[in-house]
Amino acid sequence: MSLDAYPLVSDWLTPEADRLLIHTGKVDIGQRISTALVRIVQEELALPLSQVAIAPVRTGHAPDEGITSGSNSVEQSGRAVASAAATLRARVVALAVEQQGGDAADWVLEDGFVHRPCTNIRLSLIDLARDLPPDLPIDPDLPRHIPEQPPKPDMRGITEMVTGRFTFLHDLDLPGMWHARRISPPHAKATLQEIDRAAIDKAEAKGMKVVRDGSFIAVAGPREWDVVKAARSLGLACTWDLGGGFPETDVFAHLSAENAERFPVVDGTPQTAPVPAPLDAPDLSARFERPYQMHGALAPSAALAEWTGERLILKSHSQGIYPLREAIADSLGLSADQVEITHVPGSGCYGHNGADDAAFEAALIAMAQPNTPILLKWSREDEHAWEPFAPAMAVQVDVKLADGRIAAFSAEAHSDTHRGRPRPGPNRAGPAKLLANRFRAEAMDPYVSPPNMGTHAGMHRNLDPIYAFPEKRLVKNLVRGLPHRTSAMRCLGAVTNVFAIECSMDDLATQCGMDPIAFRQAHLTDPRASAVLQELARRLQDRGPKPDGTGRGIAYAQYKNAMTRVGIAVDVIVTDAAEVRLDHAIIVADSGRVVDPDGLKAQLEGGFMQAASWALCEEVTWDRDGITSRDWDSYPVLRFDNVPVMDVVILEGQDHPSVGAGEASPGPTVAAIANAIHDAAGLRLRRMPFNADALTQAALEM
Amino acid sequence: MTLSLTINGTRYDIASDPDTPLVFVLRDELKLKGTKLGCGLEQCGACAVMVDGKVVLSCVSPVEVFESQEITTIEGIADTEIGQRVQQAFVAETAAQCGYCTSGLVVAAAALLSDDPAPDSDATKEALTPHLCRCGSHPRVLRAIERAATT
Repeated sequence: MSLDAYPLVSDWLTPEADRLLIHTGKVDIGQRISTALVRIVQEELALPLSQVAIAPVRTGHAPDEGITSGSNSVEQSGRAVASAAATLRARVVALAVEQQGGDAADWVLEDGFVHRPCTNIRLSLIDLARDLPPDLPIDPDLPRHIPEQPPKPDMRGITEMVTGRFTFLHDLDLPGMWHARRISPPHAKATLQEIDRAAIDKAEAKGMKVVRDGSFIAVAGPREWDVVKAARSLGLACTWDLGGGFPETDVFAHLSAENAERFPVVDGTPQTAPVPAPLDAPDLSARFERPYQMHGALAPSAALAEWTGERLILKSHSQGIYPLREAIADSLGLSADQVEITHVPGSGCYGHNGADDAAFEAALIAMAQPNTPILLKWSREDEHAWEPFAPAMAVQVDVKLADGRIAAFSAEAHSDTHRGRPRPGPNRAGPAKLLANRFRAEAMDPYVSPPNMGTHAGMHRNLDPIYAFPEKRLVKNLVRGLPHRTSAMRCLGAVTNVFAIECSMDDLATQCGMDPIAFRQAHLTDPRASAVLQELARRLQDRGPKPDGTGRGIAYAQYKNAMTRVGIAVDVIVTDAAEVRLDHAIIVADSGRVVDPDGLKAQLEGGFMQAASWALCEEVTWDRDGITSRDWDSYPVLRFDNVPVMDVVILEGQDHPSVGAGEASPGPTVAAIANAIHDAAGLRLRRMPFNADALTQAALEM
Repeated sequence: MTLSLTINGTRYDIASDPDTPLVFVLRDELKLKGTKLGCGLEQCGACAVMVDGKVVLSCVSPVEVFESQEITTIEGIADTEIGQRVQQAFVAETAAQCGYCTSGLVVAAAALLSDDPAPDSDATKEALTPHLCRCGSHPRVLRAIERAATT
């Protein structure tokens, strides 16, 4: 897709001064795509690190690669940059031949030069690249050139991070810049009646500006702490119409077929067709649930905006600067050309958090205070209460067995939409998905996203089991009218679907009197899947019998049934206080050809840790007064006191294309932990989080 | 009366109001942006600095409490041999993803190793528990501290 839209070498690679500049539309959100891209270019062109740089990801300059999501960065941007580099390589060698003679085979690339061995002829690769025509098309069929000893650049930015010199968006400090905070409503149903004039006067007397548009309110001023204090005072000075309170819906009761728009799912793709009848007299019937959970970025969302009177200059940590530009331009009645967005890193986001909303809000404040750069930061409470959550989800599994094998497998997923990103679409979808537009004087209603009918998209990602079952019945149940704004979070539906499938596989193995790995192997046809599980079994054998007092669980999945294959084994201890301690984890993965092995391991480990936090700790809570999980005490997450020893094993798949891994480990992690708890304590936990309350409740119900 | 602070061995006269939390003074007045603001509630550890050798979260306590104390921020961590070792070990283990928690973790690790040159795994985990990492770099951070302790 990236190559079709941007078919020229110069779309992706341009010489600038003494460096080759990589142009990408994918942003680095800690997944190390920039490190991978630099490495691809270094490998192909034998350039030293000092001669490779990444251009700022800015609208109007960078290739429009949509959203950085879905573990697609290496497959899309990586492939495009690799093909551009291979084309450039062939052409600079041809130029060397033209200028100095010989055959292409006589020339080698070495340390930034095109060199003819046994001579002193060394031509600068960057200089040769400058002589290439700007409209040189990429030849996508050229073979990749991978050196025997590939370069191993440090992760980009790591030295700056450990010394405190890495610049996050939050650290920007422009001359004349003002800081801003918003004053959030108590909850999404509230509207502003009035603000006590005295509080506004007080803020303005201190040189600050209070911006109000309907129920959207913010305060901006030159000094951040003054702004923080003013925002608190203004919050207390607001009178809200609470609109009958925030709905205390029993969401899990509401996640049912009766409330849903229903679609059968075939080969991972929803169909507009009648839903087949449920399985008759299943041998296993169980429902698995996940509550609303949040991205919970460590740094609350932020954005920097300046309005010149004609142009809106924005810096954002959004994952999709082009779609965001359209949504903001449309919201403000500007042309897209009047809005420029540059990506500047925030903290890890794990999907669609408050970044896009903050960018639009910074723009609203900046337009009320022209020619002043405005750095808006959400507070911790803003982020916890107002980011778009991962939707609550429920998966009903029913299975029929025959002769010790699975004969028919039914899984029905139920959830609200995972599509909350401000992408352009009918009925002004982009603006309608920006939070502030719900509160401005000309308020827009919350957007109702159409069902996502893509393959392995949304809630039905990994709903289709990877196993070869004779009969599969898979259903997507899209439930609307639930209380919270929801959007994409790492893995989308794959977390709950893999949790449901892989816990069921364990219980079915038990019913059939089989070892859990052997039972899975008996239903797999993919040799690479079998190899992953074989390696997992071998590692477990090497580790010996599980230590006394621990429980062991395993799980397997292939992300989207098409990307990285992951097998996980976890040993846990269930304490007397009903807390789950993570003791040891083994992750075995096959991602095809590996570009950045350490980066791949980091993604798999990070996915494990985040999923362990979802599994054991995380749950959004609310009552009629609004969100009650508003900080890290009321929304606990996994901390350093519960980190397992972790072994990550990468199976070399050099003959297979690279596939994404950023979202491959979380699903099997949740399932493996649930299976380990079952093994340790005999408790089958089917609703996340598996915290002490849940374990105690499950023990009481035994 | 002007407030003055000793930060990374240098004395600074401070113009901010005495009720300003230290992190805002560091970042806004002194432009020491390495110390991060994460929650403003002393719950996440992103704003950790060392005060007289101990880890202190700087996002709540007013700056006036720190007068006459020795403050070390991430920018001053490399002034000690232990600090340098910790930084090198974090690079060697690639113990960061997005990097937002890294300043606070490096400060905490340097304080830990100054106190106890060879902490066991439980002591390290306990020392880091006030710090959140949302990208899941935990195993690498633990390995980095182990490496810094043994090199």
